Amino acid sequence: MMSFGEQRTYFDIIIIGSGSVGSPTAYFLADAGLDVLVIDRLPSAGQYSNKHAIGGIRATHSDLAKINLSKRSLEVFSTWQERHGDDIEWHQGGYSFVAYNEETARLLKDLVPWQQEQNLNISWLHHDELIKLIPHLNPSDLLGGTYSPGDGSASPLRAAFAFHKRAVQAGACFHFNETVKDFLTKGDRVTGVKTNCGEYYSQWVINASGGWAKELSANLGLEVQVEPDSHEAAITEPIKRMFHPMVVDMRARPGSENFYFYQHPTGKIIFCMTPDPQILGSHTIASSDFLPKASRRLIELMPVLKHIRVRRAWRGTYPMTPDGSPIIGRVDGLEGFLLAVGMCGQGFMLGPGVGLLLKNLILNELDQADKNILDSLTYHRSFSKEEILK
Amino acid sequence: MPQNRIKQHPILSVSPKEMIEFQWVDKTLQAKTGETIASALIANGIDIFGHHPTDGAPQGLFCANGQCSQCMVLVDGKPIKSCMTKVQPGIHVMPLDGLPDISRLLDNEIISADRQPTAVTKIPVLIIGGGPAGLSAAIELGRLGVKTLLVDDKSHLGGKLVLQTHRFFGSTEAVYAGTRGIDIASKLADQVHALESLDVWLETSALAIYEDKTVGLWRVDLDEYLLVKPDVLLVATGARERSLPFKGNTLPGIYGAGAFQTLVNRDLIKPADHLLIIGGGNVGLIAGYHALQAGINVVALVEAMPKCGGYKVHEDKLARFNVPILTSHTILEAKGKDHVQQAIIAQVDDAFQPISGTEQTLPCDCILIAVGLNPVDEFIQKANEVGLPNFSAGDEKEIAEASSAMFSGKITGLEIAQYLGVDIPPIPNAWRDFEAILKSHPGEVQAIDEGMRAEQVFPVLHCRQEIPCDPCTSVCPYGLIIIGSQDIRGLPSFSAPDDKTCIACERCVAICPGLAITVVDFRKDPDQALVSLPLEFSEDYIYAGDRVPLTDIDGNPLGEYPVTRVRTLRQLSSTRIVQVQVPAEIATKVTGIQLNAGWSTPTNETDLFLETTEQDAIVCRCEHISAETIRTLIREGVRDINQIKAATKATMGSCGGKTCLQLIKKIFREEGIQMDEITEPIQRPVFIETPLEILAKNFQED
Repeated sequence: MMSFGEQRTYFDIIIIGSGSVGSPTAYFLADAGLDVLVIDRLPSAGQYSNKHAIGGIRATHSDLAKINLSKRSLEVFSTWQERHGDDIEWHQGGYSFVAYNEETARLLKDLVPWQQEQNLNISWLHHDELIKLIPHLNPSDLLGGTYSPGDGSASPLRAAFAFHKRAVQAGACFHFNETVKDFLTKGDRVTGVKTNCGEYYSQWVINASGGWAKELSANLGLEVQVEPDSHEAAITEPIKRMFHPMVVDMRARPGSENFYFYQHPTGKIIFCMTPDPQILGSHTIASSDFLPKASRRLIELMPVLKHIRVRRAWRGTYPMTPDGSPIIGRVDGLEGFLLAVGMCGQGFMLGPGVGLLLKNLILNELDQADKNILDSLTYHRSFSKEEILK
Repeated sequence: MPQNRIKQHPILSVSPKEMIEFQWVDKTLQAKTGETIASALIANGIDIFGHHPTDGAPQGLFCANGQCSQCMVLVDGKPIKSCMTKVQPGIHVMPLDGLPDISRLLDNEIISADRQPTAVTKIPVLIIGGGPAGLSAAIELGRLGVKTLLVDDKSHLGGKLVLQTHRFFGSTEAVYAGTRGIDIASKLADQVHALESLDVWLETSALAIYEDKTVGLWRVDLDEYLLVKPDVLLVATGARERSLPFKGNTLPGIYGAGAFQTLVNRDLIKPADHLLIIGGGNVGLIAGYHALQAGINVVALVEAMPKCGGYKVHEDKLARFNVPILTSHTILEAKGKDHVQQAIIAQVDDAFQPISGTEQTLPCDCILIAVGLNPVDEFIQKANEVGLPNFSAGDEKEIAEASSAMFSGKITGLEIAQYLGVDIPPIPNAWRDFEAILKSHPGEVQAIDEGMRAEQVFPVLHCRQEIPCDPCTSVCPYGLIIIGSQDIRGLPSFSAPDDKTCIACERCVAICPGLAITVVDFRKDPDQALVSLPLEFSEDYIYAGDRVPLTDIDGNPLGEYPVTRVRTLRQLSSTRIVQVQVPAEIATKVTGIQLNAGWSTPTNETDLFLETTEQDAIVCRCEHISAETIRTLIREGVRDINQIKAATKATMGSCGGKTCLQLIKKIFREEGIQMDEITEPIQRPVFIETPLEILAKNFQED
């Protein structure tokens, strides 16, 4: 949406990108009384990676920082409609990682006690219990799976629309169709940004530009290790509710790794697949490979779905970091600059949590849990860890 | 159960077909072998196929083209599109009320994803669309021996030609003018089938164009999905109909012209008794005439502009049957319980706004929307995005008559051959000029004085508007009808030199697509003329000796006069020639017979009080998103249609925005927003919903 009247150039905060991270962050900061400008090169909120997300939100990660961010996000998503009246299609359907071989079963089972220690509601279900939970799941060779009933899903499209709308109501200013070209600096302080339309000044600049983080941050001499790779997803026609959880199958198949699907509150089945080998780059035109492979994986897991139709497929990018975790927080030697990038395909579920964290940072209200997250996700880490549940 | 079947038709042969039985809820119904479930249900008087999952509104057939999902029913428990699925004996069909419950369907067949996809098929030329443009291009490529695959989603070649029972305009020599659309379809199809380098896949839907420049094809008849990689793609996908937002616009019984013509002219089903037509372009005018031929009463034709945009001769055909043509009018609302019973129309001002106090209620059981066409352009968009070399022809390129689509296809076929390096002579510039002529809009209606007796016997050419058309000039055995101007848009005239004279062969009467030629014969009696008139209605209505009411070209009554003869010509047998005897003074004015036989008169439902529907005009028919919802977002400042998608799911339903996208843009225009302020939504595959089991089949077996 355009802003009218006199063009303002001084703000408390400038956020680059109104995606999964930028939009909720703008809302939380504006709601805290700060003067926020969001700049996005696209015509409206959530128009790049956000809208390609399938909407899964889980706290049941294998990385502590992500667990803590996601818990906060879950709180935001699950109470949003109550607080603001916007239907963002939150559905607490839970997550289930299913195991069809011993290796996966062991990996998942071993993680459960640790996850429970982190106060996550997760348990291991045996074959029969799992079939009862997800009645049409392919039973042959099914060993069991995890179930975390507190996880769920929401609509990235609706959520981006709602975050943007409420941010505007809270006083945030959004400049769309405007591209940040460079940063303005004074000594070791980032003082603002330069766009194709003009210059803007602020106390803080937050780089929430997802897949463009690397290119943009290079202007400050930074090496932000974010590389987009592409994933595809599809949605079917709607059917009457058959199951609730997001089902994740971690088996490798020819041409693919993880496969996951869930039933949206409107009844449609949404499914997504991690290609193998990964496809680097920011391609967003659908590949010919995806639909046959993903359709086959879906009906391998839930054969009764062969009777319904695929409505639409799409392709988006995961801004990946070498260790699969985001890069969030300050950069040593640069004042007034924050990174909130490299969400590795989890920007939607992490976004509100990241926004709340950045609000605490900017308001100087960080608690120990916040500090632990920031330490873990710092730009200055070694990026050598390998995550179990990507 | 009533059988809403057309029992006789003046043009189409109503051949008896073997009937099969199927179950609808708890009733046993009859269907014709090979008929779709949707058509069989409508033939049995059932037009409510289910209820929408969000608001419970009744749903029925809408596109008749497999593009939307409003005709979904359950067949033995499985959700299917009834307009694309043929009746099989013994099937059990249930309405789809809300979302389908598939949980009780068989799921014991386990397939493994541990397979490799099948290879891609390469082909020099792929043509999507077997209508007039695609077929004409294929014929040129076939003659040059270029390997070409033509795909079409229907079970017959010809595209929309197979629904067109009228004689076509254009040039006889170049594009079969004077021949009926259905017959042109067969002529083109025969040529295509005879050419060895052409491969035709019918019942094949093109689903997508992918990043690797492959095209995904669903062979519905073979239950196959495969990828084809052409060197060149020709998109000859034609057009789709525009829709109109008005209150009650999703009621069963409201169709686009394509769906209506599919029922009437393809399946010989009479979906209505009293039809209201919205739109006075050629499509609406012709559909009205087709309805009359099928025995359907046309209540009125409503056109928002001060005059109809279609050919005057088409309008005249309706006027002759007393069909009210209400220009500067629009529809405000369709009313009815579960299906259309009434329409509220009103006059509009210069800004097309309804004038308060001019509202009137028309009783009708069917409303046909014919308010223009848009190109089916998603294939071209995607081909350009991925860099697949492509051409387009016909309506996809520019909306015009089928005659110009044929000529455009012919030129494009040769252009593709040139692109592929086939050594052919240059395409004459005159051809391109001619293509432009075939596309030209009708000229102003000219006042012509029919005059009095010119000769003893002569044709009267009631042709008063410049349109590209010349069959009368080519059919006259002595060449006495000529178009004097530079091209075929000129008005024809009769001119007999001393040594030649009209012989009243009546061929010009029979061939004129506008039914605008008569032959006047004073040879027997200088005071009483014999006038030969064309008639495209079943002969049951008129016999020699009857007295029939005659009209002039505009439908004004001229009185009742006796029929002296009814005959047909051997080469043009589907048009009857009725000869009447009239006084000399009206001989050159008589143009048509005003028929009323065959149509029922509406029971007076005008006084029937029906509640105004609560629901606002629907823009997105799949998700039931109202015009008001869209308008509110626009007024809040939304300019990116992707954001409208995000907020409302409009364009994200079953049809993928094929109907509502154009309506959303219309609302933007109404709100005074310039098109350059608006961001278009992204087009995504698949262009038609496809069963998961079909997509999953594209794999090698063990």
